[in-house]
Amino acid sequence: MADKIATRESYGNALKELALDYPDLVVLDADLAAATKTGIFQKAYPDRHIDCGIAECNMVGIAAGLAAAGKIPFVSSFAMFAAGRAFEQVRNSVGYPHLNVKIGATHAGISVGEDGASHQCCEDLALMRTIPGMVVMNPSDDVEAKAAVKAALDHEGPVYIRFGRLAVPVINDTPDYKFEIGKGVVLKEGKDITLIATGLEVSETLEAAKMLEADGVSAKVINIHTIKPLDEDLVVKAAQETGKVVTIEEHSIIGGLGSAVCDCLSAKAPTKVLKIGVEDRFGESGPAVELIKKYGLDAEGIYKKIKAFI
Amino acid sequence: MDINNLKKTANEVRKGIVTAVYNAKSGHPGGSLSSADIMTYLYFEEMNIDPADPKKADRDRFVLSKGHCAPALYSTLANRGFFPVKDLETLRHTGSYLQGHPDMKHIPGVDMSSGSLGQGISAAVGMALAAKLSNADYRVYTLLGDGEIQEGQVWEASMFAAAKKLDNLVVIVDNNGLQIDGKIEDVNSPYPIVDKFKAFNFNVIEIDAHDFNQIDDAFKKAKETKGVPTAIIAKSIKGKGVSFMENSAGWHGKAPNAEEYETAMADLKKIEESL
Repeated sequence: MADKIATRESYGNALKELALDYPDLVVLDADLAAATKTGIFQKAYPDRHIDCGIAECNMVGIAAGLAAAGKIPFVSSFAMFAAGRAFEQVRNSVGYPHLNVKIGATHAGISVGEDGASHQCCEDLALMRTIPGMVVMNPSDDVEAKAAVKAALDHEGPVYIRFGRLAVPVINDTPDYKFEIGKGVVLKEGKDITLIATGLEVSETLEAAKMLEADGVSAKVINIHTIKPLDEDLVVKAAQETGKVVTIEEHSIIGGLGSAVCDCLSAKAPTKVLKIGVEDRFGESGPAVELIKKYGLDAEGIYKKIKAFI
Repeated sequence: MDINNLKKTANEVRKGIVTAVYNAKSGHPGGSLSSADIMTYLYFEEMNIDPADPKKADRDRFVLSKGHCAPALYSTLANRGFFPVKDLETLRHTGSYLQGHPDMKHIPGVDMSSGSLGQGISAAVGMALAAKLSNADYRVYTLLGDGEIQEGQVWEASMFAAAKKLDNLVVIVDNNGLQIDGKIEDVNSPYPIVDKFKAFNFNVIEIDAHDFNQIDDAFKKAKETKGVPTAIIAKSIKGKGVSFMENSAGWHGKAPNAEEYETAMADLKKIEESL
């Protein structure tokens, strides 16, 4: 396995690598270029990086204007501010006119760590998912994060991509890796239960699946990098094959991947679903890895919850 | 510039506003009427636009940040030839492309969807920035309400516009002094408006919003100003042109009934005959 890398770092690298192929790409930040890693792009292309200062709502509006005039803006801030503070700007200035604005939101979830609950956005997928026409992605590693950035640039319309602060293992560095918006990826076959994970929980879930395997439980593992549009065919098929479904995300259990999967299955293939994620509560300060363990979102925590479920 | 012609056109725009809101049985006539002269000037005198090619790349852009005054924008666009004047009667009707607030996806000539106050100015700033980044020489205009500038985003956008030296941007404040809940100074005073924009490093010009000579002079000065954006603070009369709507907060967001509609159109007919 390759070294760990945070998907925010992958994001900054991808922007820089794609800059020449996408001459209309411009990158906006709100005084967080060093943290969101758009600074990597800024260093290489200073004329195409616009620091809007600490004013996220205005930044999203500026991006809407840039897109209306033919640019492809990537706006960046922490998920809390990009999806939370600027929600209505994203909804009305970007979503409603279906403008070609890409939102690269970093520092999502409790893995923000020490900064604590005020900065740990566990609601962004829920918020963005409700906006008509919005594509919502949550890549699991370096390879997928870079692929998601490119796919977003090739897609006409608004896109939200969630990136993390914590370095995560590279799991998609396979020769046949292919990324397509809205297509889930089966990482492991299994017949007893389906584990559907997203973002940094994908690698934890793969580990949990190994632990289940040792107990004689055959778990299918699906990586959902696109929360919206959800790969409903894949989800329904897996639910019908295994009869039980677990969703795993570093997001509130309300409104995110778990809800998207339940929305789908309740209509098309009613199935018992266990939603693993951040319970209906705020986060807290602490090292990211410790918090993930404390909130039961590490491989062992996932394994235990699944054992109790089956 | 033929001032009498502009006055006649503005009067036609006002007739369209009143007719649209009457047929919609809802909408915002007061602020639409107060801004009709400036919008007429922009679309008939100032802006580089082409009704036959509404999306031409080098066109000047207009963002109606006070999006509730859509009747004024639609009536101006219709009278300018972007779509039939008759269609104004479908405003706000189910299935009509003339949405209650500007919708760029469906209405020819609308450069930005708006309606949530404070957001249009940011989009206008983004368009002006795009022109600078592309070395294009089009200009961007945005019209704000004086109540709207209570929104904090207006000042975020203004700070940015001046910091980035967007001299291709003109911000117009329709200063009719009234918002839904009453006089702006009683609700939450934005005054002194001129000093605020000066403090945000704008070139600030004060005019009478209903005097075409002053309007013309202001936009010419804006064009000559380099290195800073311009703010035109336009003192206006809410409901201008319709006797019983003038200076009345009650006509901010209310449609006339049949009798009131007849009176309003008679008022505008009288103005037409005086020109």
